[in-house]
Parts: sequence; structure tokens; C-alpha cells
Amino acid sequence: MPTYGKGLRGLSILTLVTITAALVLVFFYAPLDASQGFIQKIFYIHVPLAIVSLCGFVFGGLLAVMHLRTGDRRWDMRSYVAIHMALIFGVAALVAGSIWAKASWGHWWVWNDPTLVSYLIVLLMFATYTPFRFSIEDPERQARYASVFAILGGAFVPLNFIAVRAAQGFVHPRVLTLTGSNLPGPMLLTFLVSLLGITLLYVTLWKYEMAAKNARIQMRMLRRRLFGDDDISPLQRSAAPTL
Amino acid sequence: MKTALTVLRKDLLLELRTLETIPAMALFSITTFVIFHFGLNRPTIDGQLAAGVLTVTLLFAGILGVNRLFVAEREQGGMDAFLLAPVDRSALLLAKASALFLFLAALEVVAVPAFSLLLLGPSLGPALPSLIAVLVLADLGIAVIGTLVSALAVQTRARDVIGPVIGLPLLIPALIATARAIGPLLGSRGPAPLPGKWLLILALYDLVFALVAYAVFDFLLED
Repeated sequence: MPTYGKGLRGLSILTLVTITAALVLVFFYAPLDASQGFIQKIFYIHVPLAIVSLCGFVFGGLLAVMHLRTGDRRWDMRSYVAIHMALIFGVAALVAGSIWAKASWGHWWVWNDPTLVSYLIVLLMFATYTPFRFSIEDPERQARYASVFAILGGAFVPLNFIAVRAAQGFVHPRVLTLTGSNLPGPMLLTFLVSLLGITLLYVTLWKYEMAAKNARIQMRMLRRRLFGDDDISPLQRSAAPTL
Repeated sequence: MKTALTVLRKDLLLELRTLETIPAMALFSITTFVIFHFGLNRPTIDGQLAAGVLTVTLLFAGILGVNRLFVAEREQGGMDAFLLAPVDRSALLLAKASALFLFLAALEVVAVPAFSLLLLGPSLGPALPSLIAVLVLADLGIAVIGTLVSALAVQTRARDVIGPVIGLPLLIPALIATARAIGPLLGSRGPAPLPGKWLLILALYDLVFALVAYAVFDFLLED
């Protein structure tokens, strides 16, 4: 059984260094935005968080495909952790975006922005992932159904963005378009370093949670082998995969 | 294909004999129009507002059908019987999605004239062909996603709640496209040309989710 702890220390240090570097760049290197001033700096946190969480949802869907293909429940655990983490990042992105919207557009929430709205819909969809898992008792069926859900969600993310973007005008600044970037050089560099930092943070947290879950499961297996089945308290019903 | 037809025939026969789902959906939609009339406090509506009221009502009435779709299978052990039979499992998806599609079509045969009678300001006649085209595409989307969601939810403990809660966010893009496509058709100065962009998005949505449903449906039946 893999332990997921391998290389975790190096990865954590790398994450810390990259995020520190990103923050230094944000506050001391990137120029102030001409129209928005200081508040625009939240962009370097908000956008990477949003991008990483969306990629995390799709990543969870891909891991779920692996689960259905192989039938190995560890893939389901990976998918669960990926979606769980993406959900946390997503809520953070929404809060950061709301603060930015209040500062630059004057409202906490605006409906006429497709990126914001489609993001909310994706979050609403994935917010049902955990209750859905929780309402299925049989762990094996829970894993299988949750994987189907995750695949549906993974396909839903890009489609939803197409539909909502077609529905509304553009208020949100386009950061990365098909034709390239709209940012001046120093801002682009800062943005990319932030994006890298947040991505590393996601990967690190994913590995930490996997390691913790894995350690708990192995601990349980060892206890069972040592003390027999009677001394182990029965597993409680849980939304998280138990293996 | 033959299996799908057999199951579909069974479902339609069951519905004809018990009349459990379609009358409930139709009554629900008419009651909702009445509620909208008082909620909006308007004698007639047109344009985008009318499109929104119609789409939301049809969607919620459709959810009623989605919730009932696999209930008979679950209660009577039909799922196990189907698994025992040496047939392709995708046939069940095809049969159930077709059944739901027909239920939705039957619902609209009642609900759209009722909407026109009770709430709609401009006359429905000139907009009808385009409206039917949009509704067919929307029904396809609701049928595919509804079948999948219903199969997901029927095995959970809180299935009456889980179904709509998963289904509604999944259907939001289809709902946006439908409402936006219908909006211009119900304008107070007669129907504007049908916006092709929205039909395209609806068709794309239907296609992608039909493929996804086909790919994953087998896993919902395994036991």
C-alpha cells in the first residue's frame, strides 16, 4: 500500500517558498492597477483559486473514471479528496471574488457576469456531492455512485461555462483568452507565480489528506489484526470513503 | 433495441393503467400557473418573463416525473429482474429516457395550451412551430439527465430530496438556453426569429450528456 507521505516534506517546503515568492511579487513587484489601485491585488489570489478549484473538480472526475475502470476503491478515495479540496478552494475563491466585486463594482454579488454565475452553479452542483455520498450506506455502492456523480460533474464544468458565457455580456476581465494574455508583463509574471503557488498548495493539501486517511485506514487494519474484530468500534456512517 | 422497446412498452402501459405520473405533472403545472398569476400580480405576461415562467414550471413538473421514474423498479424488484435477464443494460437507459421524454411531451400538450390560456398575453399560434422545436430539445436534455439522476437517487436514503438537489444544478444550463430561446418567441409584438445560438447550445448539451449517460449508466446497475 502506498503511504502518500513520500516527498511530502519537500513538496510542503516548495509550496511555502512559491507562495511566499508570489506574495512578495504581488506586493512589491507587480505595478498598481491604473483604475482599481490596491484592491486589484486580490486578483492574484482570487483567480488562481478559482482556476485551481475548477481543475480540481475535473481532476476528481478523471480519478473517478479510473475508479470505474479498475474497480479499485483507492481511486474513489483520491477522487473524493480531490473534490473535497476543490470545494474548499472554490468557497475561498467565491469569498475573495465577492470582496473584489464589492470593492471594484460596488456590489457583493452581480448577476450580469457569466464567470461568476457559472462558477456559483458549479459550486451548487458539487455542494451536493457530500450529502449524496452520505445518503448511501453501502460503502461499495457509495463509491460507485459517487464516481458516476463525479464524472457527470467533470463533464458539467466546461459545458456550464459555455452555456452561461453565451448568456451574458462580459463584465469580468478576461485574463487568459485563446489569443493569449491581456496582462502586461510584470502582472502576468506575478499571476503565473501565484497560479503555480496555489496549484502546489492544492497538490500538497491533497497529498496530506490522502496520507492522513491512508494512515487511519492502515491503523484500523493493524488494530483489527492485533486485537481482533470485537475490540474495534464499528465504522460510523460516513460520506468519506472508508475502504 | 428490442429490449428497450419492451421496457418502454411496460412503462407506458403501467402509466396508462395507474395514471400516477402524467396527470400529477399536468395538475402541478396548471396550479403553478395560477400561483404565478397571483405571485406576479399580472393578468397576462409576455416576452422573457413568460418564457421564464413556462420553463420553470415545466422543469419543476418534470422533476415530479423524474422522482417517480425508478420507483416501481425499486419497490417491485424490477431492477434485479432486469439484471438477471441476459440483455444489454444500456437498453434500460434508452427505455427510461424515452419514457420520460414521452411523459414530458404529454405534459406539454396540456401545460402549453393552459399557459397560453391562463397567462400568456400574445397569441401562441405564430410562435408554435419554433416553440415545439425548442421544447423537444429541452425535453431531450431533461429526459437524459433526469433518467441518470433518478437512477442515482433511487438507491439513496433521502431519494426524494437528493434527486432534485442534484438534478436542478445539472439542468441550469439547459434551463438558461431554453428560457432564452423561448423569450423572443413570446414577444408582445409577435414572435421574433428563433435564436439559433441557443438551439445549438441545447443540442450540444443534450449530445454530451447523452454520451456521458451512455458511458456511466452501466455502473449504476451493478450489484
